[in-house]
Amino acid sequence: MTPRRALLAGALATPFLGRAGRALGVARVVVVGGGYGGATCARALRQAGVDVTLVEAETAYLSCPFSNPVVAGLRDMEQQRFGYDHVIAAGVRLVHARATGVDATARMVQVEGAALPYDRLVLSPGVEMRLDPQPGALPGYGADMAERFPHAWKAGPQTLLLRRQLEAMPDGGTVAMSVPANPYRCPPGPYERASLIAHYLKTHKPRSKLIVLDAKDAFSKQKLFQAAWAKLYPNTLEWVGLSNGGRVTGIDPDGTLQTEFGAHPADVVNPIPPQRAGAIAQAAGVSDRTGWCPVDPVTFESRLVPGIHVIGDAAVMGAMPKSAFAAGAQAKVCADAIAALLAGQAPEVPRLINTCYSLVAPGYGISVAGVYRPVNGQLTDIEGAGGTSPLDAPPGVRAQEAAYAEDWYRTATTEAFGEPGAAGVDGRR
Amino acid sequence: MRILGLTLAALLLGAAGPPGAASCTGCHAAGAGIGVLQGRPADDIAAQMEAFRSGARPATLMNRIVRGFSPDEVRALAAWFAAS
Ligand SMILES: Cc1cc2nc3c(=O)[nH]c(=O)nc-3n(C[C@H](O)[C@H](O)[C@H](O)COP(=O)(O)OP(=O)(O)OC[C@H]3O[C@@H](n4cnc5c(N)ncnc54)[C@H](O)[C@@H]3O)c2cc1C
Ligand code: HEC
Repeated sequence: MTPRRALLAGALATPFLGRAGRALGVARVVVVGGGYGGATCARALRQAGVDVTLVEAETAYLSCPFSNPVVAGLRDMEQQRFGYDHVIAAGVRLVHARATGVDATARMVQVEGAALPYDRLVLSPGVEMRLDPQPGALPGYGADMAERFPHAWKAGPQTLLLRRQLEAMPDGGTVAMSVPANPYRCPPGPYERASLIAHYLKTHKPRSKLIVLDAKDAFSKQKLFQAAWAKLYPNTLEWVGLSNGGRVTGIDPDGTLQTEFGAHPADVVNPIPPQRAGAIAQAAGVSDRTGWCPVDPVTFESRLVPGIHVIGDAAVMGAMPKSAFAAGAQAKVCADAIAALLAGQAPEVPRLINTCYSLVAPGYGISVAGVYRPVNGQLTDIEGAGGTSPLDAPPGVRAQEAAYAEDWYRTATTEAFGEPGAAGVDGRR
Repeated sequence: MRILGLTLAALLLGAAGPPGAASCTGCHAAGAGIGVLQGRPADDIAAQMEAFRSGARPATLMNRIVRGFSPDEVRALAAWFAAS
């Protein structure tokens, strides 16, 4: 939001009284989770003049976007790190604690021994990996195995572990990845990672191979990825889809990935596990049998528990994919809807955009976009809008999209954390 | 007078902007490298959008995004960004 919009919103905050008689500035909103969804929402609520407390378990946030270049040795992990100083400076009250439960009747969030009252609660906890013995997990892939065969699907120590394992692998080695069925965090993310690992292998260990075992036959930006792979990594990257035996059914203690068609031993193994909404969603009762949280597409209020809004990866509301871009867009729509509800007004019917950039190599970007509106209670693709980058674009356009990806990252991190992330991807290393 | 007019326009459009505005700022926020829309003349913003729609202005992305908005919706967005 511009300072002007903030000023205006602030000035408007006082005269609007909610139906319940609570002024905007007096109502308490608690946001759980300070990632792309939660931090953006907390800042947007504050700018709309709402009293906001943000509950975040970690002292710093590590960004998943641009973490694939870290895996491939093209960026430093430090560039993924964001503190909360600017969020606090924006007037958001920060509680460094893990939320453990919600009493939706009393409207209280439990945080490590204390209770925070709320008028409206926003949950943006992201995803939790389903690890064995949880239902729906990859058999054999428990927390201990994830320490040895990192998923790195949350940015952190596993991101660096995977990178070190790639660096330690001798030339001529094999890397194996597995990709789960939909839905999961960042639909094109596994294929961006496969591309950049292939780039690393081609550059540093040209006799090595990467095999990608996929539980699906179709994936995001598939034609663009596959055309780029055929051109850039024909001898390095092999993708095996569901119908060719790509679905991984288990992992052995030595990391061998098992499929119905055979075993795939490898030197470096990167299983991306099935996922569900972060644990607090289960504790609050806002997730359903699928493990995700159904929400209203106008307000992002839970369909299961009134007064609780869910945004970002944890939520399902139709066709929007689980991305940082989507989490930020939903965060701002949700903040505006909450400000309207607190003021006793009807929230506006929103229009949302998603755009996901992927790098298939340094300086080679592709994108997929969608525009969504509520239809029959679901955010639905507007026909004719969105779609992917053209298949036949010249290298100059790919380079432009790689640069726009970095511009987007600076803007998204500014909207969430109040400071632009350093976006560079180093193609020379 | 002009200030008053702008404030009024912004008021009528709502502080949050017309539908879609909060997504545009995911790339076009103040200071954004992709390009700042705030404070640009409304006619200019709308003309660029329609040029993306027709293909008269080549684009990597905006041609795909503009098709999610009618010309009227584009004009509302343009007016709001101009007044922001
Ligand atoms: C490898 C990879 C690459 C990606 N690249 C892109 C990309 O290029 N573009 C894109 O748009 N998206 C990308 N994504 C997806 C993006 O990371 C997610 O969609 C985004 O982070 C979702 O935001 P969120 O707010 O839902 O969750 P998160 O960003 O995960 O934030 C959740 C926060 O909540 C906190 N939290 C959770 N539970 C609690 C609790 N009980 N109490 C307190 N705090 C809690 C966590 O510590 C965390 O800080 C990528 C993902 C991966 C894995
Ligand atoms: C994911 C990023 C993204 C989003 C979201 C986005 N844009 Fe853009 N915008 C771009 C890019 C990239 C360009 C440069 C043209 C191109 O290559 O598509 C651009 C260019 C423009 C321009 C021309 C600017 C100039 O300097 O002449 C206008 C106007 C514009 N966008 C308006 C909008 C509006 C209105 C919205 C919301 C409905 C929007 N954009 C959403 C990325 C985005």
